[in-house]
Amino acid sequence: MRPIDRVSVQAELDRRLGQPHYLHLETTTGSYTKLGPEKKSPVIAFVRNALLTYERGTVTGDGPYRVGLKLDQGWVYADGLTDFEVNERDELLLAGLDCEGQLTMALQLSPNPFREGEGDR
Amino acid sequence: MSRDAGSPVTTPPAASAAATVTRPYDPAEERGILVVLPHPDDESFAAGGTLARAAAAGVKTTYLCGTYGDMGRRMGRPAFTNREALRDVRTAELKDACQVLGCDVRFMGLRDKCIEFEDPEAVAAKVREAIEELRPSAVVTFYPGHGVHPDHDALGHATVLAVRGLAAGERPRLLAVAIGERDELLSALGQPHLECDITAFADRKLDALRAHRSQTEAMFAHWDEQGIDGAEDAQSKAFRDEFVTRERYYVLDPDVPTLLEARA
Ligand SMILES: [Zn+2]
Repeated sequence: MRPIDRVSVQAELDRRLGQPHYLHLETTTGSYTKLGPEKKSPVIAFVRNALLTYERGTVTGDGPYRVGLKLDQGWVYADGLTDFEVNERDELLLAGLDCEGQLTMALQLSPNPFREGEGDR
Repeated sequence: MSRDAGSPVTTPPAASAAATVTRPYDPAEERGILVVLPHPDDESFAAGGTLARAAAAGVKTTYLCGTYGDMGRRMGRPAFTNREALRDVRTAELKDACQVLGCDVRFMGLRDKCIEFEDPEAVAAKVREAIEELRPSAVVTFYPGHGVHPDHDALGHATVLAVRGLAAGERPRLLAVAIGERDELLSALGQPHLECDITAFADRKLDALRAHRSQTEAMFAHWDEQGIDGAEDAQSKAFRDEFVTRERYYVLDPDVPTLLEARA
C-alpha cells in the first residue's frame, strides 16, 4: 500500500461509478484490548461482500481521509483512511494504518466477490 | 444476547479438579500431539516450546489451524501487506513456523473472527475427524472461557465437544491453555495441572514466532527497544522470562460442561 493521494483515489472511485461492486467495510480495535492497561472492550465491525452500486463517490480531507459513497438508497462512510492500493484483481483497497502499521479501518471495492472459503488460490 | 464469550466468568471452572501441585510435563511421553487453535501464530505463542520439545523427542505433532488469520489487524511494522493479501502471507508464515517447530500443519478453513457463530457441533465434528485420523494421546487447545479472543474460546469449546463425542477408550487427554494475568487465572482456575519446562527450546519458540513476521515484528521491536533503554517494567519482564522458560496447561474433563455451556 502507499499513502493516499486524492487525485488517484478519486479517479478510482469515478472509474467504478454506476457498476456493481462488492464492498468490504471494516473498523477494528483488535480483539486483545482487554489485556491492555485500560482493559477496554474491543470495538470491531465488518461487512464483507455486500453488493452495491454508487451514484457518487468522493474522497475528502487532508489526511487521514474520508470516503463517502452515495447509494441509490443510503450511504457508505469511512473516516481515518491513510493508505491505498489497487491490486492485481482490480480491487480498490483503502485502509487506515496507525503508527505501528496496524489496520484500524478498511474500505474496499471489488468487481468480483472478495476471497472467501477454504483452499489456496 | 444469550451468549457473550467476553463477559466476566463467575461460573465454576471446567477443569477436572483444582490442582494443588503443578506437575512437570514431558511431552516426550505422548504418542502424538494435536494442537487445535484458531490462528496462525497461536501455536507458537501458546505451545511453541512444548511442540519443539516433543518433536525433538520424535513425537509426531500436528497443528490443526482453525482460520487463515485473515482478519488480523497487524500488517507488519511498518505494514508490508494488506487485508486481501494477509491470508497468503500468514499461511506462508505458519508453514515456516511449523517447520521450525517440526510440526505438521493443516487448516480447517473457518472465517477468522466468526468461529463462535458457527454450529459448535459442526466445528467439533471436523476436530473429531482429525483426532480419529491422527489418534494423538494429547490435544492442546484454549481453555474455553479463558481464551480472551472469542475465536479462542469458541474453538476450545468445540474441541472439548469433539473429545466428549469419542468413546472413553478413544479419548486423548485435553490440555488447555488459559490466557490472562497470572493472579486472575490463579483465583479463577487454581494452579495449572501441568508445566512444561521449555528452557532448552526457547530459541526454537522465538524463531517460530519470528517466522510470523507480520504479527510479531512489532512485539520484537518493542522488546529490543525496552532492552536498550531499560524502560521495561517488572510485570512485562516477568512475562518475558516465563514466556521462554515454561508453558502451563490445565487438564480438562470433557464431560464437564465448559464455561460457554454454563453461560448459555
Ligand atoms: Zn489467536
